[in-house]
Amino acid sequence: MALNVDLVGKQYPPQTYEVAREKVREFAAAVGDDNAAYREVDAARALGHADLVAPPTFAVVVTRGPQIAVIDDPELGLDFSRVVHGDQKFRFTKPIVAGDLLVTISSVSSARTVAGNDILTIRSDVADTSGDPVVSVFATLVARAVEG
Amino acid sequence: MTAVVRAVDVEVGTELPPQSFRLQRVDLVKYAGASGDFNVIHWNERVATEVGLPNVIAHGMLTMAEAIRVVTDWCGDPGAVVEYGTKFTKPVLVPDDDAGATVEVSAKVIEMLDGKRAKIELIAICEGVKVLGMSRAVVQLA
Repeated sequence: MALNVDLVGKQYPPQTYEVAREKVREFAAAVGDDNAAYREVDAARALGHADLVAPPTFAVVVTRGPQIAVIDDPELGLDFSRVVHGDQKFRFTKPIVAGDLLVTISSVSSARTVAGNDILTIRSDVADTSGDPVVSVFATLVARAVEG
Repeated sequence: MTAVVRAVDVEVGTELPPQSFRLQRVDLVKYAGASGDFNVIHWNERVATEVGLPNVIAHGMLTMAEAIRVVTDWCGDPGAVVEYGTKFTKPVLVPDDDAGATVEVSAKVIEMLDGKRAKIELIAICEGVKVLGMSRAVVQLA
């Protein structure tokens, strides 16, 4: 099974995610970050946010489902058992805050094979319900070549 | 959103206060639950060693979440982070003991961009080895 490089540009159906205050608090606690803007609404509002602000990497929670839809695509041919996380990038237009209803569309941004390693970049564009962009998330996965 | 730190007070070379973060097995379990990433190599030593890893490894995204705290604690508003990216160059091995792993994170401003934005380089080291590569954040300053 080889990575199907013809899928570059393929888009997957939009998925929605509702950002709950308690999920933001749980995520911040799990990464051991006691920043008040993640826990106390008043502290977040004092910084100009409408509600609790989510930690920057919380965007992976929002984009997890849409990314799995790409990985699980039977046409993709990615051997997930050999996958390591190569790199990750977030580009924000505005921060994610509690109460946001977000719509994410994932697509295959690039797919190539280098020295037997399959390298896949999944792009996930997150927007609010008005269609205004919130964040674009790029995750690069590397399926290591089978040795020998 | 905009940071508390003002662009006029920052220049190329400005160093952010470094921090170190300790990761134990329990932290990996908590992160798995909060993030939904239950990949077995992050909590099961038997499976991790079977696939050729020396030990259980931390989620790359957990290391990334810890590292950016050096930036968000410094700038005053986590919503001021407009870009953040990294490569995962080496895994953070988390032994099953009370010490766990310690990741030391330092950061400095490497470029001032238009519109009062600062580009910051982050360096994360565990056991003397760089675990993040080309780690960069861009922050909107006041």
